Amino acid sequence: MLTKRIIPCLDVDHGRVKKGVNFVNLTDVGDPTEIARAYEAQGADELVFLDITATNEKRKAIVDTIASVASQVFMPLTVGGGVNTVADMQALLKAGADKVALNSAAVANPDLIRQGAEKFGAQCIVVAIDVRYQASQDRYQVVVNGGRKPVDLDALEWAQTAVAAGAGELLVTSMDKDGTKSGFDLPLYQALTQVVDVPIVASGGCGAIADFTNLFEETQVDAGLAASVFHFGELTIPQVKATLKAKGVTVR
Amino acid sequence: MIVIIDYDTGNTLNVKKALDYLNIDNQLSADPAEILAADGLILPGVGAFQKAMVALEERQLVPVLQQAAASGKPMLGICLGMQLLFETGYEFGITPGLGLLPGVVVPIPSKPGFKVPHMGWNQNQAQQQNPFAAVFDQENTYFVHSYYVQTAAKNIVATTDYSVAIPSIVQRNNVVGMQFHPEKSGQVGLAGLTAFKEMVNDARVPRN
Repeated sequence: MLTKRIIPCLDVDHGRVKKGVNFVNLTDVGDPTEIARAYEAQGADELVFLDITATNEKRKAIVDTIASVASQVFMPLTVGGGVNTVADMQALLKAGADKVALNSAAVANPDLIRQGAEKFGAQCIVVAIDVRYQASQDRYQVVVNGGRKPVDLDALEWAQTAVAAGAGELLVTSMDKDGTKSGFDLPLYQALTQVVDVPIVASGGCGAIADFTNLFEETQVDAGLAASVFHFGELTIPQVKATLKAKGVTVR
Repeated sequence: MIVIIDYDTGNTLNVKKALDYLNIDNQLSADPAEILAADGLILPGVGAFQKAMVALEERQLVPVLQQAAASGKPMLGICLGMQLLFETGYEFGITPGLGLLPGVVVPIPSKPGFKVPHMGWNQNQAQQQNPFAAVFDQENTYFVHSYYVQTAAKNIVATTDYSVAIPSIVQRNNVVGMQFHPEKSGQVGLAGLTAFKEMVNDARVPRN
């Protein structure tokens, strides 16, 4: 059986991991390669790097970071944050990324998904969707620009559009849950898995091991992503996997 | 020296990075003389069967790889590179492969609960004993593919379960294939590449 994936997410700014990672034995808490190696040793199934560099050297810095990580760490790597063009995708994939995540740029120009999928294969193209529940219309609304700007787009419709255009995976973050540590947005993922058939990575809200258990018992998503609970050692990947295994969830 | 066949496919550089990390002597090449002089060959591959065969044909590498395999040179196909070792691919029509192993490449059946592509970590079960089975039996490795190989049981070293038993490692004599990505499968994947290096070393040493 295909295993459910547990994915730590690293925010990278100018080649440095932004929120320090609090593991023992790290000599440099901001070094992406060292952190990636530590997560590989813990049994992470994949790593997501989110480039939050806000300057013009942006692209070069993240490409160098990925090239460095990929020469030392041999596991699937996904990179997102400011991927705007086919050239951006190509540079990251060539540096050693396995997948690139498109977000705001894909909302602005959905054809970018098709261009990427045609050139590199759908399995390389992740569409990242940040969503917020919009009570007035009883729907999940897409937000862009790092979760700051709502757009008039239904997230479930956008998910289907993105998959039709060639997205091989969706990385869906609940902005309502993000940072709350109150658990994943289960109704969101239940709804999403009804309308698309590509793998879905759930993100936002993880605060405890039970949140992963609930996610995989209550929804059909393929992976759970978290950042701070892993970085600050509140949870370890072996703990999460041991609990999941005891509950009958297939993990590596 | 192991030559990684360089024909403009996705995972070539990641395979090189893994060999470099393991201090295994290697180079990228599409040059027939270098390929035929190598001690072992790795054929990487990501993408579509037909497009990859066209890329090999454009570089006039099909007869070169066939000659290298016939000479007994150890050869490892990875992911699509494994599928290309077989006789026929059924992806966007019918495309002849390299024909180094008997069998065909067909779509993974689409069933509820089994999304295609088969993407993620899945467990290998050894179907016979050999050095690759010893490395990978009961181990999870990273797969990304929509098609799979059908071949005789005697060529199947290991399988992985995904609604059907997918051959995950195949071998006949000097020709080996891995459906997963050893270069993305962590320490166990690196151990598999090391096992291939040992196969190359053994083939190079004259035996009495």
